[in-house]
Amino acid sequence: MRIGIDIGSTTIKCVVLDDQDKIIHTSYERHYTMITEKAEEIIKGLIDRFQIKEPVVCAISGSAGMGIAERAGIRFVQEVYATKVAISKRLPETDVVIELGGEDAKILFMQGNLEVRMNGTCAGGTGAFADQMASLMQITADEMNELAEKHEKIYSIASRCGVFAKTDIQPLLNQGARKEDISASIFYAIVNQTITGLAQGRPIEGNIVYLGGPLTFMSQLREAFDKTLNCVGTCPDDSLFFVALGAALCAEEAVDLQETLDIITKEQDSLRQATLDPLFANEEEYEAFATRHASHQVAKRVEENYDGEGYLGIDSGSTTLKVVLTDPEGAVVYSSYQSNQGRPIEVVKDALIEMYKKHPNVKIVSSAVTGYGEDMIRNALGVDLGVVETVAHFTAAKYFMPDVEFIIDIGGQDMKCFKIRNGAIDNIYLNEACSSGCGSFLQTFANSMSYEIDEFAKRGLFATKPVDLGSRCTVFMNSSVKQAQKEGVTVEDISAGLSISVVKNALYKVIRVHSADELGKRIVVQGGTFQNDAVLRAFEKEMGVEVIRPDIAGMMGAYGAALYACDIAKKKKSDKVSEILDKEALENFTYTTRNITCKGCNNHCSLTVNDFGNGRKFIGGNRCEKPVTKKEQDDSLNLYEYKLKLLSEYQPDESKTKGVIGLPMGLNMYEMLPFWHAFFTSLGYQVKTSGFSNRELYLKGQGTIPSDTVCFPAKLVHGHIMKLIEMNVDTIFYPCMTYNFDEKKGKNHYNCAVIAGYPEVIEANTVHFGDIKYIYEYVGPHQRNKFPGKMHEILNRTLGTFTKAEVKKASDLAYKEYAAFTKKVEMQAQVIMEEARKQDKKIVLLAGRPYHVDPEINHGIHKLIAALGFAVITEDSVASLVPKFDVNIRNQWTYHARLFAAAKYVTMQKDVYMVHLVSFGCGLDAITSDETREILETAGMLYTQLKIDEVTNLGAVKIRLRSLLAAIEQKKED
Amino acid sequence: MEQNKTHYRPRVKFTKKMKKEYTILCPMMAPIHASIILPVFAKEGLNVKIIESGGAEAIEKGLKYVHNDLCYPGVLVTGQMINAVESGKYNPDKIAMVITQSGGGCRDSNYINLMRKSMERAGYPQIPFISANIWGLELNSGIDISIRGYRMLLSALMYGDMMMIAANQVRPYEVNKGDADRMMQKWTAYFGERYTKGKGYSHKEIKKNIRTMLQEFADIEVKKVPKVKVAVVGELYLKYSAPANNDLEQFLRDQDCETYFPSVLGFGIYKTNGALEDLRLYGGKPMKRLILEIAMKYMFHMENMMISIMEEFDCFVAPERVEVLKKRAEGIINTGNSMGEGWYIAAEMMEFVAHGYENVICVQPFGCLPCHVSVKGMLNKIRRIEPKLNAVDIEYDPGATKVNQENRIKLMLSVAKENMKKEVKQ
Repeated sequence: MRIGIDIGSTTIKCVVLDDQDKIIHTSYERHYTMITEKAEEIIKGLIDRFQIKEPVVCAISGSAGMGIAERAGIRFVQEVYATKVAISKRLPETDVVIELGGEDAKILFMQGNLEVRMNGTCAGGTGAFADQMASLMQITADEMNELAEKHEKIYSIASRCGVFAKTDIQPLLNQGARKEDISASIFYAIVNQTITGLAQGRPIEGNIVYLGGPLTFMSQLREAFDKTLNCVGTCPDDSLFFVALGAALCAEEAVDLQETLDIITKEQDSLRQATLDPLFANEEEYEAFATRHASHQVAKRVEENYDGEGYLGIDSGSTTLKVVLTDPEGAVVYSSYQSNQGRPIEVVKDALIEMYKKHPNVKIVSSAVTGYGEDMIRNALGVDLGVVETVAHFTAAKYFMPDVEFIIDIGGQDMKCFKIRNGAIDNIYLNEACSSGCGSFLQTFANSMSYEIDEFAKRGLFATKPVDLGSRCTVFMNSSVKQAQKEGVTVEDISAGLSISVVKNALYKVIRVHSADELGKRIVVQGGTFQNDAVLRAFEKEMGVEVIRPDIAGMMGAYGAALYACDIAKKKKSDKVSEILDKEALENFTYTTRNITCKGCNNHCSLTVNDFGNGRKFIGGNRCEKPVTKKEQDDSLNLYEYKLKLLSEYQPDESKTKGVIGLPMGLNMYEMLPFWHAFFTSLGYQVKTSGFSNRELYLKGQGTIPSDTVCFPAKLVHGHIMKLIEMNVDTIFYPCMTYNFDEKKGKNHYNCAVIAGYPEVIEANTVHFGDIKYIYEYVGPHQRNKFPGKMHEILNRTLGTFTKAEVKKASDLAYKEYAAFTKKVEMQAQVIMEEARKQDKKIVLLAGRPYHVDPEINHGIHKLIAALGFAVITEDSVASLVPKFDVNIRNQWTYHARLFAAAKYVTMQKDVYMVHLVSFGCGLDAITSDETREILETAGMLYTQLKIDEVTNLGAVKIRLRSLLAAIEQKKED
Repeated sequence: MEQNKTHYRPRVKFTKKMKKEYTILCPMMAPIHASIILPVFAKEGLNVKIIESGGAEAIEKGLKYVHNDLCYPGVLVTGQMINAVESGKYNPDKIAMVITQSGGGCRDSNYINLMRKSMERAGYPQIPFISANIWGLELNSGIDISIRGYRMLLSALMYGDMMMIAANQVRPYEVNKGDADRMMQKWTAYFGERYTKGKGYSHKEIKKNIRTMLQEFADIEVKKVPKVKVAVVGELYLKYSAPANNDLEQFLRDQDCETYFPSVLGFGIYKTNGALEDLRLYGGKPMKRLILEIAMKYMFHMENMMISIMEEFDCFVAPERVEVLKKRAEGIINTGNSMGEGWYIAAEMMEFVAHGYENVICVQPFGCLPCHVSVKGMLNKIRRIEPKLNAVDIEYDPGATKVNQENRIKLMLSVAKENMKKEVKQ
C-alpha cells in the first residue's frame, strides 16, 4: 500500500494505491487554511479505514505541504514533479498538461524536450482568482460556470494579473454588462494569462490534458482553453488527484503514521515571516485613540418625517453606493451606505424610495452625483448636477476642517489623495492599477475567513505580532497571507498586518511620501476603509501624526456632493426645485440594457447602452464622444492624431521592384518609420508596415511572448511580427538599437534595454518565419558619418548586393526624411498652440514615448483629453525648444531626456499642463517620473501621471483628468 | 517667481579633506571578495566599512524612500544605507557612501542618483556618494587610488574568485566538516597581511599565491559521491548577496547540492568588452578604441593567469575565459547586446552545461528590463539548442515570498535528481 497526500493552497487531496498501483481510495477536501487540523483528520481517517498498524509507504506534495513534510520527516515531492510522474505512468501519450490550482498555474510539456513550468510572481490565472471574481459578482463559482455557458460576447479583460482583471471587470459590472458575458470573459482572461505566462512561445498542441480543481469543475473554462488553443483537451477521471497520485508513486520510505500524527499536532511550523510592532501597546492607548476620534461628528437631524428643504448627494463608487440627504445647514437627515451589487441604478433607486418613505414631505431643492457611476445615475434618475470626486471629497473635508492641508481617501477599489494649497486642490495622487482594490481586499479576505469586516478589523487591534505582508499589490499580499497561515500565524496578526500593508501601499506607492512633513499637519482621512480602526491607527503610526476621521468617513463623497448641490443652489438663488425623479416616478422606473460594438472607428469599443425611457440614455464603455454625440470628434488641435496621420502616409512605393520589406509598427518604429521607409524605398524596395495595433493583432502574437511582466508596447511587437508573416513580406527588418539619436540633452543617449534588444527576443521566440528573412542587426544611426559604411556592410551580408554609393544616397534620404518628419511635428505643435490660445483653450502636453501614439497603447486617452476641451501636444514636439539643463539623475536615455525637457517647457508656459503617460512595467519611468514631478512642482506646476496597460479602465483616467481640470479651474479663480 | 527656480541640486563631492576623517560605507555584495578587498582600501588611506545589515528592516526603509517600482537591488541597498545611517553607529557628518555605477543603459547607472535623493529625503543631504566605476564618471578629489592600489584591487578580485570557486567544489564533499571554510579564513587573513605590507599584487606573487592556495584546497580530504550540481547565474548583485537572494547558497547547501557561482572578474571583463563591441558595431573615436584595447589586453592577461593555474588542477572545474564564453553566445544572442547582463547569461548557461553543471538557477530582480531580453527572452531558445539544460529563473522582489521561490527551485532540483539517477545508472 502506498499513500500520497497533496496539500494545496485551498484543498487537501489524498490517494491510496494498492500493491499493483491501483487506486483504492481518494479524498478531496477544502482545508480553509486549517492545514494541520485537516491533515490530522485525514491521517486519522486513513488509519481507521485501513486498520494501519505498521509503518506505510507515504509521501507528501503540494505548495502547502512542505512544512508538514519537513517536520514529520516524510518525503516531500514537489507538486509539479509529482504531476509529471503521475502523467508519465497513467497517460504516457500526453503532449501537454495544463494544471490550474488554487494559487498556481502550471504547464508541462511532456514530449520532446521535457519542460515543467509554473507561473511567475505576478499572475492571477488560478482558482483563487476565479473565486474572487465570482464573489465580486456575488455568485458562486458553479453559477459562474453555468452563466458562462449562455454568453453572447466576450469582453477583453486584462490578463496581466488578478488586480488588473478586477479593475476591468468592476466597471463592466457597473455599466450593466451581462453577468453571462462577464463570466465567460473571465474564463478567457484566465486562458490568456496561462498562455502568455506559461507557454512563452512554445506551442501547445497534440494531446492536451487538463488537471486541477478549476479545470475539473468548470466545463466552460475547459471550453475556453479548447477554443483558444484550437484543440480538444481531455480532463481525465481523477483529474483532481494527479499530484497526490504522483506523490504516492514517488513514495519509497515507510512512515509510522501514528508518530507523524504526534509530531504534527505538537509542533507548529516555525515562523519565517517578519513581524511588526503592535498597533496598540495596551487597552488605555486604544481608549484614548477611540475617544479622540469619536469627537469628529457630523451634525445630524434625527427627527422622522423631515419636511424642510433637502439637498441630496449620491456617490456611485466602484463597489459601494452612498446616498446622503442634508438640510440647508449641512446636517444629515438621511443616509445610506451599501454595496452596489453590480447593479448601481437599482440600488440607488431603492435607497431613494426608502428615503422618500421615511421623509415623504421633504422638498429636494437640488441634487448632485459623483463617482464612477456619475453620468449613468445622472441620466437615469434626473440628478441635477454632476461633480468630480476630488471636489466632492474636498468640499466634505472642509466641513470638518476648514484649513485642511491633505486629504486621503481609501475606498474599496481606489485611493485618492490630494494636497490642498491656498484653499485649492494642488496635487492629486490617484492609485494606478497595481494598488487597486486594497480596501475591498480587506473585506473579501475577511469574508473568506468567515468574518464580518468589523469583527476582522477589531481582532487586529491588539495583535501582538502583526505579520509583514508586503505592500506591492493584493496578489502579492494574498500569497503572503497564505504563507503566513501555513505557518500558523493568528487571525489577529494577519488582520493587523493587512491593515498596515494597505496603509503602506497608499503612502509609499501611491502618494510616494517620505516623511510626515510632506503631508502637512492638518489631515483628513476618509473612505470606507478608514472606518476600520486598525487601518486608521496604522496610518497614524506610520506617519507619526494625528488625523481627523469623520464619523461618516465612508460617505464623504456623497456628503460632499450634497454640500456642493447646496452651495450651487444658494449661489443661484433660483426657486427651481430638483429634477430628480420623485417617489412615484422611481417606483415606475425601468430601463433596458443592450450591448453593442461601436463601429465608429478602429477601436471597436464594446458599448453598453442603457435606455431609461423618455429619451434618456446612457452609453458606457466608449472612449470618445462619437457614439454619444453622433458627431466626428474635431481632431484639429490634437497632435496625436496629426502624428498618426503623418505616419499612415508612409505607404509602399509600388514602382519599386526589388521586393517587399516589412516594418513592424512597434516600440521605436513609431519614431524610425520615416527613416527606414525612405532608406529602403531609395534602395528599391516596397516598404510595408504592419499598421497600427489593435486587439486582434495583439492576440495573434500573445502565444510567443516570453516575459509576462514586460511592458504592453513590447508585447504588441509579437503581434506585429505575426501580421507581417501573414502578409508574406519578403523580409522583415527590425534592427536592434542600443543607442538612440544624440539630441545633446544629457550625458548619453541610450534606448531602454527593452527597445534596444527586443528584436533579439522576437528572433528567439518566433518559431515560424517560414521563407521570410528576418534582419535584426545592431545598427547605430546615431553615428551619422559611420552609419552608411556600417549599413553597407550589414546589407551586403543580409539582404543583397549594394554599392557604397547606393547606401550612402539611401542614408542621406533617410536622415533627411527623419528630420522633415520631426520638423513637421514641431511646426504643427506651434500651430495648435497658437490656435488653442486664440480659442482660449488650455493645452495638455501629453508626454510619453513615440509609440504612445498607437491607439491600442494609449486607448484613446488623447481623444478623451480633447473631448474635455484641451488642445493636445506631444513631448517630442517641444523638447528641442528647451536649452540643455541639469537634472538630478543621470540623463542618459533619449526619450526620457525629451520628457524632462518637455516638463521644463511646461514650466515656462502659463497655459500648458503636463499629463504623463506611463506604460505599466516601464522600469525607467520609476526613475524618470519622480524627476519629472520634481521639475514641475519646483515651478509650482501640477503633475499628472496616467498608468496604462493592455486594457485600461478609462473611468479612472477620466476622473483623473476631470480632477486636473477642476484643479486648474480653481487655481485660475484664485 | 517660482518658475525660475531650478530643481537641480549639485552633488556633494568627496574631498581630500574628507578622506582623512570620513568613514566610507559600502553595501555588502560578495562577502568573500569584500573581506579580501578591505585591507587594500586601508592601505590606500580610505576607511571603508561594509554595511552588514540586510533583511526586513532594510527592505522597509528602501520601500519608504525609493520609488517602489525600482528594481529590488536598488530598493534593498538604499534601505541598507539608510538603516546604517540611522543605526547611530556613525556620525552622519563624517560618513560617505560608495556604490558601483556601470554607466550602461540599465537602470543601475542611476542607482547612485536615486540613493542621493533618498538620503536627502531621509534627512541627510550632506552625505557624499562616491561612484565606483572604471569610466571616470563623477570624479572626486578625495578618491586618489594609486596604480598600486588598482593592481591590488584586481589581485584581490582574482584571489576571491579562485577561493570561492575552489571552496564551492570542495565543501560538499569534505570529510571533516568545516575544512574548506577554515581554509578560506586562513587565506583571507594571509592576503590581508600581504596587502598591509604593501605586497601581494605582483604577477609573480599572484601566481604563487593562487597556486599554493588551490593546492591546499585540493589537499583537503574529500569523499566524492554524486551530488546535484547547480550553477547560479543572473543579475550580478542578486547572485552573490545573501540578504538579496534569501540566502540561496545556504538553501542549496541544505538541499545537498554542489554550487557554482561564476567569477566576478569575468563579469568585469564582460562589461569592459561591451564598450568595445559598441565601437565595433557603430564606429567611434580611434583613441577610445586604442585605450579600451589596451585595458582589455591587460585584463585578459590577468584572467588567463588565474584560469591557467586552476586548470592545472584536475579536481577543479575552472571558469571559462570571456573570449571563449563569447563564442558560446554566438547563435543565441548577439554579443553587441551588453545592457545589464546582456549576452553573458546565455553564454554562462552554455558554459555550465558543457562543464557538467546542467542545473542552472537564474536570479533576477522582478521587472528587470535587460532580463526581459537576456533571460526570459532567451531561455526558450537556449533550451532548444541545449536540451540538457535544466534551468529555472527566479524573481526577487520585496513582496515575493521565499517559500514560493524555494518551491520553484525544488521543482528544478526534482528534475535534476531524476537526471542524476539516470546518469548514475548508465
